[in-house]
Amino acid sequence: MDTFGIWVAAFLTLGIISFLYRDNPWYKVCESIFVGISAGYWFVTLFYDNILGLFWRGVTSPDPHYMLLVGAVLGFMMLLRLVPPIGWISRWPLAFVVGATAGLYIINYFSSNVMLQVQSTLAPLFSTKFGQPIFEASLYDTIGNLVIAGGTFTGLVYFFFSKEHKGVFGGAARIGIWTIMITFGASFGYTVMSRMSLLIGRMEFIFGDWLRLIR
Amino acid sequence: MRREVPLIITAVVGVIFVIQYFIPHAPFNQFNSWFSDWFAIIGACAIWLGALNLMRISADKIYRRRSGWGYAAIIIASFLLIATIGFAGGSQFRDPGTGFDWLYTWVYSPLSATMFALLAFFVASASYRAFRARNLEATLLLLAAFFVMIGRVPVGDAIGSFIHLPESLMPSKITIWIMGFINSAGQRAIMIGIALGIVSTSLRIILGIERSYLGGD
Amino acid sequence: MKQDLLLFGALIVIVAMIFLLVPKPIVFSTTVSYLIIGLILLALIFIFIRTINGHFVGRRIVFLFVGIAVVLPFFMKIHQPIRVSPEVQTVYDSTAQLKPGSKVLVSFDYDPASAPELQPMAESYFRLCLEHDLKIIIMGLWPQGPQQAELALQIALADSSIVKKKLERGIDYVDLGFQTGNEFVIQRMGTDFRTMFPRDTRGIPYDSIPLLRDVRNFSNIDYSFNLSAGYPGTVEWIQVAVDRYGLKLGAGNTGVQATGMYPYLRAGQLKGLLGGLSGAAEFERATGKEGTATFYMLPQSFSHVIVIAFILIGNAAFFLGEKNKARKEQK
Repeated sequence: MDTFGIWVAAFLTLGIISFLYRDNPWYKVCESIFVGISAGYWFVTLFYDNILGLFWRGVTSPDPHYMLLVGAVLGFMMLLRLVPPIGWISRWPLAFVVGATAGLYIINYFSSNVMLQVQSTLAPLFSTKFGQPIFEASLYDTIGNLVIAGGTFTGLVYFFFSKEHKGVFGGAARIGIWTIMITFGASFGYTVMSRMSLLIGRMEFIFGDWLRLIR
Repeated sequence: MRREVPLIITAVVGVIFVIQYFIPHAPFNQFNSWFSDWFAIIGACAIWLGALNLMRISADKIYRRRSGWGYAAIIIASFLLIATIGFAGGSQFRDPGTGFDWLYTWVYSPLSATMFALLAFFVASASYRAFRARNLEATLLLLAAFFVMIGRVPVGDAIGSFIHLPESLMPSKITIWIMGFINSAGQRAIMIGIALGIVSTSLRIILGIERSYLGGD
Repeated sequence: MKQDLLLFGALIVIVAMIFLLVPKPIVFSTTVSYLIIGLILLALIFIFIRTINGHFVGRRIVFLFVGIAVVLPFFMKIHQPIRVSPEVQTVYDSTAQLKPGSKVLVSFDYDPASAPELQPMAESYFRLCLEHDLKIIIMGLWPQGPQQAELALQIALADSSIVKKKLERGIDYVDLGFQTGNEFVIQRMGTDFRTMFPRDTRGIPYDSIPLLRDVRNFSNIDYSFNLSAGYPGTVEWIQVAVDRYGLKLGAGNTGVQATGMYPYLRAGQLKGLLGGLSGAAEFERATGKEGTATFYMLPQSFSHVIVIAFILIGNAAFFLGEKNKARKEQK
């Protein structure tokens, strides 16, 4: 069965790769299979893990959680979008999702991505940790902490568009854009690494598992 | 009814979520639990909606014999195949050895992985044709990319050793410094900027100023 | 259409020839490996010369080079030293220093598309945990996550040093499965795991699983490791589980996502990070057991060099072209 599976997987893998040559029927067939299979995968998994596992078992358990019925009603309202005359009712569960996400994000993002980041940026210059003796800090850490503080500050200055980028402010914004450019460069490097890794994984399958050319 | 109720729901739910952070006690912790469960169920139904909508659009395409209707038929057939096998498998549907697991391993996984792997080719092609050091900013970007690409793989240090670079100037060391300091600073500036944007937008949504998520009518 | 069919026919013939004629497996000696590297370099020099003369090579040639750079190293035998970066070492230390019996929560928030990067991390992380007698609790915020976890778990359990331990599901490790709700699942777990995961993937009720007897929420978890390929993932774990409930968290991220984690790492919100395939290879080095990621590092190195070479060629052509243009304008 695995041998058949390997051949099926190889056929599909090569079908997708054939797009490099040009858009062709083989690729389109594989693409359609992918769309159908992934939609079906989510459909089945969510039924068992969520509808059955969370809702149904929660409501029918010896200690039933009837409040789950409210969630089920909201979920059903969401599905009513498929019925155009009453599709507007799906706005209610959507409003719930938007409200819950907004409420959660206000706190989460402000706490984790603003307050804690600012706190971490204002690190002591001569030592990486509070309480360490000053002479234990290396020049490496001191320069690093300066770069972090300066880079973050000037980066934020660059994003401040309410004032024209001129004079000292403009100079700071310029350093900010340099920092951000280096950051983008690092991200590009990692993206290349990431994409190549995925290709390596597929090529190992083709040349190893299927063609058995790799030891 | 169509606009007012959703606005009230958004405001009430949003405010309760903010309060429960500061007062994690009854009744707010109870609201938190209920809301989280409801969110999970609505999330599942939203994905079901997406899948069913896909089926509807594909079926419509076949019915009207629009161009590429054959591919729409493949979409429906694949969906029905995995759904039938999955539902027939019962709650142990994805255990190793089941038909669902077979489809996951030999159909879903290779297709999904190869789809993303294709990008490797296009990244390389774009690098060759478009990645130019036209000015100082672009040069900085290119240099950082160079050091990260060479420093994150062993060949960087192998070349460094070959040309007798001092230890502190080895590509891996330079990469660690770029990632740990300059990248951290840049990412943090972006992160703070985005977070402030999210906070202000969330506030506008809860207060009912931002209503675009409700659509028209 | 005719051309397509011809090409597909040629592909079938090539595959048949590989199956029938090519000896398996193929292994290049060191000399042949360096010879091939030399030939690739010569080809790149040829492309360089053509490009500076204004003839950019077609995208299919670039694709071909990428393919060659990824495939040929599989057959080569070249040793490369791998250095462990501090963020990777932190993940290793944080896990290896836990007392036997400590509980580790591993969340699988990725799908097969990211498996080549994250699966090697999962395998070595499980192996490390099981070698140190740590108890593993698996879960996923992505539906495919727990299935990826099972694949990694089977590999770790098959390791000779772990087979001897005769580990049992429910006592030494448990798979709680997937739940929808993204960060809301994490938030709910902050007060009670059981409400989000009433049963494990085998359908056994939460309360009947011995490993989970004393596990109510994050306060009963000694360390957590999150394998993430996007949303929901490490960011959500940090915002809710770490910053709100004080969970100690390490992460393994795809390369695309890893750069954005460094601010959290510096702020101490994240205790260690494995970034992309190189992070996975470094982690294998730290654990002392080379695996898939280490094997992948040679093609990874080659592919990076090819991309750098194409960037350099493109830029050299650009600057020489600019120079020529300026000279012509002067004339």
